Amino acid sequence: MAQLAQQVGASRVVVGRKIPHPCGDPSLPEQFDLKVREEIVTTALEALKTPVDAATVFRPSHTV
Amino acid sequence: MSTKKIKIVHYLNQFFGGIGGESEADTGLQTREGPIGPGIGLQQALGAKGEIAATLICGDNYFSNLIGEVLPEIISKIKNYDPDVVVAGPAFNAGRYGFACGEVCKAAAEELGLPAITAMYHENPAVETYRKVRGVYILPTEAMARDMPRVLPKLAAFLERVVSGMPLGPAKEGGYFPTGQRRLETTSTSGAERAFNMLLAKLNARPFETEIPTERFEQVPPAQPVKDIRSARLAVITTSGLVPKGNPDHFRMFNATEWRKYRLPDQPALAGSDWEVIHGGFNTVYAQANPNVILPLDALRRLAGQTFGELDENFYTITGVGTSLKTAKEAGEEIAASMRAARVDAALLVAT
Repeated sequence: MAQLAQQVGASRVVVGRKIPHPCGDPSLPEQFDLKVREEIVTTALEALKTPVDAATVFRPSHTV
Repeated sequence: MSTKKIKIVHYLNQFFGGIGGESEADTGLQTREGPIGPGIGLQQALGAKGEIAATLICGDNYFSNLIGEVLPEIISKIKNYDPDVVVAGPAFNAGRYGFACGEVCKAAAEELGLPAITAMYHENPAVETYRKVRGVYILPTEAMARDMPRVLPKLAAFLERVVSGMPLGPAKEGGYFPTGQRRLETTSTSGAERAFNMLLAKLNARPFETEIPTERFEQVPPAQPVKDIRSARLAVITTSGLVPKGNPDHFRMFNATEWRKYRLPDQPALAGSDWEVIHGGFNTVYAQANPNVILPLDALRRLAGQTFGELDENFYTITGVGTSLKTAKEAGEEIAASMRAARVDAALLVAT
């Protein structure tokens, strides 16, 4: 729902996986699910460091 | 005037389409002949004047995840039926459904030149996003679906007017959300007189109506970036209604009015057996099994001290479904104050 968050004006929006599990992918083996989670959190930390002047969407690079 | 029957294609989500609830939100696009669910009531309200030729049903999550693929498919199916108008919903206060209805209506209006009508609660974020799209009309509803019997006849009457080309009148009279279109009108009182009367009313605590309403969603300037993320203190908010097992503060599944702060365990991850997810708006089975997917404690513990400074001992939680704007705004302000007192530098909000 990153588009929705952007539409209502959230400044820094990170794209999560899916609505019932935004920070992970339960269909993956444990260590890959955790990697997905780390990628999303790392992207969020990048977003916190980034100056923005409007609602901006940040996409994690999915190496998993 | 032609008495040709109005031909309608109706869009519904998996719930109103009779497929199922949240666990069926990943259902792909389905097409049924004739009216389904609320469409039956709409058909009854229209009588002989109109006919729902087909109903398109799609899971809310499916639509949201695969909008690039499913929206063109929806438009293609609508085109095949060659209707006079497209109806979506009503979506009431459902966020994802409102978004889907808005997108379907927008695409129908812009790509097929068809009038497209939906209906939802005034706080549904989709109202602000889609009400100004030319050709799209959004009718107001109550927040809850029990408003359906009142809304359907209004939808029927409205779509007849739209298709017949009869003037709808200003939004308030016509019973739809303002579309941002302006029509020149003449009036006998000058602007100065009207402004003065408004001021008099305001000073005397009498009701008055602004001629230029401001945007519903406050435009909030983005916060400055965190100066030094490596030494920053982070706190996490979740809108999933994540609470300690036993739900000690009696969170409700809908219409939250309160947020809470709870201590994070001193463990490397959250364990499903220690928590409950109180939320009526999404399928909580995954979050219940592994709460780290809605509050990424394991990832945060691993990255603390390296990519960022430290994680605050507490997290903030609220059940974010059908949350009124007023509650959300107050909760946000209070949570910010609590974080400031705990010398938090930045917040992560994981939304569901």
